[in-house]
Amino acid sequence: MTDAKISIRNLFKIFGEAPQEALAHAKAGMHKAELLEAHRHVLGLRDINVDMQEGEITVIMGLSGSGKSTLIRHLNRLIEPTAGEVVVNGENILHYGDARLRRLRRSNMSMVFQKFALLPHRSVLENVATPMIVEGAKKNDYETEAAKWLDRVGLQGQGAQYPHQLSGGMQQRVGIARALTSNSDIMLMDEAFSALDPLIRTDMQDLLLELQRELRKTIVFITHDLDEALKLADHLVILKDGEVVQQGEPQHILMHPGDPYIVDFIADINRARVLRAGTVMTKTTDPVPVDSEVSANATLEEVITQGGGNADLTFRVMNRDRQVGVLSMRDVLAALVATEGVKRTEAPAA
Amino acid sequence: MPTYDWLFDSTGLRDWCDGEGGSSAPMSMADLMSQAGNAPDTSVWQTPFPSMDALNDACASFPQARDLTRGLERGFLDIKDSLSVVLDPLTQPLSWALEAALWLFQTTPWFVMIPVLALIVAVISRSARLTGLILAAFGGLAFINYYDYAMQTLAIITVCALIAVLFGVPVGIAMSRSDRLERIMIPVLDMLQTLPPFVYLIPLIFLFSVTEPKLYGIAVILYAIVPVVRLTNLGIRMVDPEVIEAADAFGMTRRQKLYGVQIPLALPNIMAGVNQTIMMSLAMVVIASMVSAPGLGVLVLRGIRNLELGVGLVAGFGIVLLAVVLDRSTKAALARVNAVQKG
Repeated sequence: MTDAKISIRNLFKIFGEAPQEALAHAKAGMHKAELLEAHRHVLGLRDINVDMQEGEITVIMGLSGSGKSTLIRHLNRLIEPTAGEVVVNGENILHYGDARLRRLRRSNMSMVFQKFALLPHRSVLENVATPMIVEGAKKNDYETEAAKWLDRVGLQGQGAQYPHQLSGGMQQRVGIARALTSNSDIMLMDEAFSALDPLIRTDMQDLLLELQRELRKTIVFITHDLDEALKLADHLVILKDGEVVQQGEPQHILMHPGDPYIVDFIADINRARVLRAGTVMTKTTDPVPVDSEVSANATLEEVITQGGGNADLTFRVMNRDRQVGVLSMRDVLAALVATEGVKRTEAPAA
Repeated sequence: MPTYDWLFDSTGLRDWCDGEGGSSAPMSMADLMSQAGNAPDTSVWQTPFPSMDALNDACASFPQARDLTRGLERGFLDIKDSLSVVLDPLTQPLSWALEAALWLFQTTPWFVMIPVLALIVAVISRSARLTGLILAAFGGLAFINYYDYAMQTLAIITVCALIAVLFGVPVGIAMSRSDRLERIMIPVLDMLQTLPPFVYLIPLIFLFSVTEPKLYGIAVILYAIVPVVRLTNLGIRMVDPEVIEAADAFGMTRRQKLYGVQIPLALPNIMAGVNQTIMMSLAMVVIASMVSAPGLGVLVLRGIRNLELGVGLVAGFGIVLLAVVLDRSTKAALARVNAVQKG
């Protein structure tokens, strides 16, 4: 696919004294644990291939040490890869010189950080205006623009405060406003909500989705939280030990996990709240006798509520007033427990 | 004691040893005593370490231990003249600055000087109590006729601390940006910090004339520059790496990053270094009175030399007062920097 906004191809990152030597071993098929054992090199990323489409939220999920933060830093070259390509807007950014790379960072990509990374000695408004100040904008020019974005993230009139006077959630709103001020079409979010309280986190996720409906940016979002990933993702990439275990549409991954690791991973989530009618239904446009109608976007929880606990109903699944399939309550119940294909690995005895 | 004789006998170098003109070294005390025939009985417990002198006994071609210090002295004296040719013009501005500062601080009448100092402190600290302390301290020193000495000391500190900061901060910044430079500089700074203050004076006395102010100026600056260099380096290295990452991610140039992020965030540490530098220049300016630095140190020296107990003690107390005033003023400035960017 050449039309992807960001395309990562055969990316390797190895930390250590002689990465090029270790690279040969990694390319020959060595994995993280063996490489560390045999050659004392840490395998950060191994043969990553991901396409990120324009206007979508691509979520990269993995536990700590899986290489997700390393991966996102390759997109604006805060970290240099050992081998591979990162193609943005059709250009391999690894060929960029310093000046061109700065231009990419200033006008094509912005970043939101886990611990906010605001400048403590500058006011909130100046922080939001950072991308414009970097470009050399005058105070008059950046003030209105920064105030606009500050309003947009719900921090009206807080511009004169200093970051330490705000709560964590508000600081991260400043971080998001700062990223939006740069007017870049790509936003990199590195565990942006992981440091926040659960309730505030939900607020921020809603804020992000709301902004995204309006702005249609290409967002790369890193998280270790599966619920967050499923809520935000258009395209989900699951990383483990520096390798992509599975990637695809989140509903598809839930229904067809390709690896015991992912089966383990998704075992604890509330499937009723995440799976949607459109995913579980049998596709058909033939008219069939049904008891009721549901939207393809409805979660199974909503379907069960609508059925009122009745176990032998059949629904017509609708998408924009057209039938796209049928869904029986039996399918719903099966989807709540079934994880086909791969057996769940035995959990080690505690 | 034929400690090393076996070495030359076994390697066949005996001829070379004896051939080279024999012992030209002056006689040592031990030699003299053994010639006089009353060599002391030496037990095993008193066996001396086989030093260079023993090597010289075995082979006259090797120098004695005392030749080491003499060689160093000769070497220094040999390069002294050419070194002076380079260093004299380079350091001449320091003499001018010190002379000008001394002139300025002494010719300004007290009824201008004391209010000006109080005003400066009021502006940087915004504290009425501290301003009152300044007025009381300098008023008190003037009241007991120590005002002139205090002003001389203050003038020297002002110039030396200013120059130390002017050179120290850029050196610290350079150190923070290059691990290699840091590895080189840290032993140098360690040495400057641990070298006893008197030792600074010895080579300087040979290089410069004792009548020149730059002699003590250099000694004070070398001694006082260490903390500001160290803390600037440390402060910049301690800046939150995520903030630096953010600066990079938004495409800041190295210069924007330095002036917009690193220096402002390191400022509390840099200010702590400035405070320490001022304190250390005060300590050194007292010792430098031995090489004609004017000020309260001269009175302390007089107290020691002439056993003038009262003069020495009062001058010492005056130095403490000066130290308290300088320390509180710079700390107040530091506290204001901290208040702006805590958290």
